[in-house]
Amino acid sequence: MTRKHTISVLVNNQPGVLQRVSGLFGRRGFNIESITVGESEEKGLSRMIIVTTGDDNTLEQVSKQLYKLVDVIKVVDLSSNPMVARELALIKVNAEPGIRPEILGVVETFRAAIVDIGPNTLVVQVVGDSEKIDAMTELLKPYGIKELSRTGVTAMIRGMVK
Amino acid sequence: MIVQTKQKSKEQLHEELLKPDTITGSEMLLRSLLLEDVDCVFGYPGGAVLYIYDAMHGNSDFNHLLTRHEQGAIHAADGYARSTGKVGVCIATSGPGATNLVTGIATAYMDSVPLVVITGNVATTVIGTDAFQEADITGITMPITKHSYLVRDVKDLPRIIKEAFHIASTGRKGPVLIDIPKDVSNDTAAFYYPENVEIRGYHPTLHPNKLQVDRMLEAIAESERPVIIAGGGIVYADASKELIEFVEKTRIPVTTTLLGLGGFPSAHDLWLGMPGMHGTYAANHALQNCDLLIGIGARFDDRVTMKVNGFAPKAKKIVHIDVDPAEIGKIVETAIPVVGDVKTVLQLANLKAKPSKSEQWIGWNQENKKNFPLSYQDSDTELKPQYVIEMINDTTKGEAIVTTDVGQHQMWTAQYYKFNHPRSWITSGGLGTMGFGFPSAIGAQVAHPDRLVVSINGDGGMQMCSQELAICAINKIPVKIVVINNQVLGMVRQWQELIYDNRYSHIDLAGSPDFVKLAEAYGVKGLRASNKEDARRVWQEALDTPGPVLVEFVVRKEENVFPMVTQGSTIDQMIMGDS
Ligand SMILES: Cc1ncc(C[n+]2csc(CCOP(=O)(O)OP(=O)(O)O)c2C)c(N)n1
Repeated sequence: MTRKHTISVLVNNQPGVLQRVSGLFGRRGFNIESITVGESEEKGLSRMIIVTTGDDNTLEQVSKQLYKLVDVIKVVDLSSNPMVARELALIKVNAEPGIRPEILGVVETFRAAIVDIGPNTLVVQVVGDSEKIDAMTELLKPYGIKELSRTGVTAMIRGMVK
Repeated sequence: MIVQTKQKSKEQLHEELLKPDTITGSEMLLRSLLLEDVDCVFGYPGGAVLYIYDAMHGNSDFNHLLTRHEQGAIHAADGYARSTGKVGVCIATSGPGATNLVTGIATAYMDSVPLVVITGNVATTVIGTDAFQEADITGITMPITKHSYLVRDVKDLPRIIKEAFHIASTGRKGPVLIDIPKDVSNDTAAFYYPENVEIRGYHPTLHPNKLQVDRMLEAIAESERPVIIAGGGIVYADASKELIEFVEKTRIPVTTTLLGLGGFPSAHDLWLGMPGMHGTYAANHALQNCDLLIGIGARFDDRVTMKVNGFAPKAKKIVHIDVDPAEIGKIVETAIPVVGDVKTVLQLANLKAKPSKSEQWIGWNQENKKNFPLSYQDSDTELKPQYVIEMINDTTKGEAIVTTDVGQHQMWTAQYYKFNHPRSWITSGGLGTMGFGFPSAIGAQVAHPDRLVVSINGDGGMQMCSQELAICAINKIPVKIVVINNQVLGMVRQWQELIYDNRYSHIDLAGSPDFVKLAEAYGVKGLRASNKEDARRVWQEALDTPGPVLVEFVVRKEENVFPMVTQGSTIDQMIMGDS
């Protein structure tokens, strides 16, 4: 059964490691819906969170192929556990002064924030799972989105890992 | 020969090398390679490796063979590695030197050959500026190396070399690239050579899970129609002896893949030949009728399985033994995965192995072997390529090291040469690289100065690295170079005849050189034959002549390789040919 998988990959923070990992996905015909990278809890190691789709066999191959990379230290399929997944988006939306209260209403219901006000635009910052960001985007579309930038998903397993 | 016996004892040399002097990156490289017991490096100089070549000047401990093309160097290093099991090493300069290695790196990667590939690069200060002869070789080769390094600090160099040798030669073997910028090769630091390697993300599983081995043995005890498909992993793990013992204890018939040839003696009753596209009737029918399939160090390549969803349809279970976990379940669904070093796994299995209920099945397979042998229609007027291979087999008695290029001659050699020993068969299986056959023989001969090395090539592939004739002549490397000349790109011709309806498109090799004169131009003896009698005579002359000899056999152009399974068919749907 094809479904979405969120994989966490702990890697050596070496030049080229992102290229190795993303190249492997492309070459082997695995798709990447989103990929984020940043420092991890340990110095010298980075954590990548990759969202991909495929059946269980694909996931198994993804993980085995990742382990073949010398710079890959640990691969965990987060989505097989209860997890928190979050994405951040900045949305610059057309906002003539007259219409601002209306937009503010939308932003508040989503517990998003206005992080910049221009002469006729607002920048909205929203954090949440990808569906929430999709929904926010849909609601802001009628006002005219001038620019949209999403970070991609970062995630971790809830509570303690045994 | 190139490799002279060293004057100094190994201990003396190592003691000298390990001195903690402050030296350049280039000197570190040479010392490290000597400490890894590398006895010959194949290479080609250029601007970015001039410090390294300068350090070689006058260094009598260090052997380097200058080829005429970087592709020749890397295939030679590959032949050296395949014939010895040691790590092969080659050196090239940045940019064009490095990119000329790409085909050879991919060849070694596909066939799991341990290589350490050293390239120079432009100075760290200009990397990324499109400097003269700059190429991002680590980027270019990422998909075809097991791992790679771009050295940024001379202090890291010895550790990196140590790691590179370790990674190349352990677990599933493969090529590792070390890219050394020019300034790093000239920078100095105190030399140290680490004793151990500790790489956090790299721990190949060598010891199998015992429960899985037991499950395999249970499955064998229950099965009535078991078959083993043994691949290159048998050879690379030096597990031939263990395989023979396993087969004899369990009474399971064996088929060896192209790269597995020699991993199991072809004279053995339980050997069925090679499987797949040009496999034997017995091997392919055994696979299609088995109830238990055991893959050992074989990766179920599509040239073996052909149409995958009709492959081994009656197998109730598939067992897969491999050191690379990613191979298990990649192509065929596996009921019993055994991850580990093939030799270790078989040693463990041999402690408890018992016969399967296979006697009737063995009889059936032996009937197939007898009733459907490999065969061809011999001729008294034309020389047949199969005849030439049989003749080489008769005269060398399976004791030579044989390398081939890629094409029909490769398949005929795989079919008609009878391999008795592992590491005596060298061919590009995974990538199918034309131009590989001849230079890989040079590497094998350098590693085995006292053995007979025969390199069998097509007239097409011979022209892809023929410049290395110079190396044989000048260094007196006594490879016997065979050119099976059918005047066409034979394998392509065969496909165009059988699959593209006789539409022969661009396969005519008219304009090829006179191979005898080509050899002579380089100072290598050349001989030619186009009938059986001459063939026997000139081949004997070649064997009796010390030093390199090129022998051209002019053969029938229209000859095809049979049996053949065409794309989209299952392996028992075989075209048996015109014998
Ligand atoms: C570098 C490279 N280019 C192209 C091919 C495709 N190819 C496979 S076999 C073959 C024909 C080989 O002809 P020849 O060397 O004359 O050998 P023969 O098949 O006649 O024995 C070709 C072109 C290849 N394997 N490698």
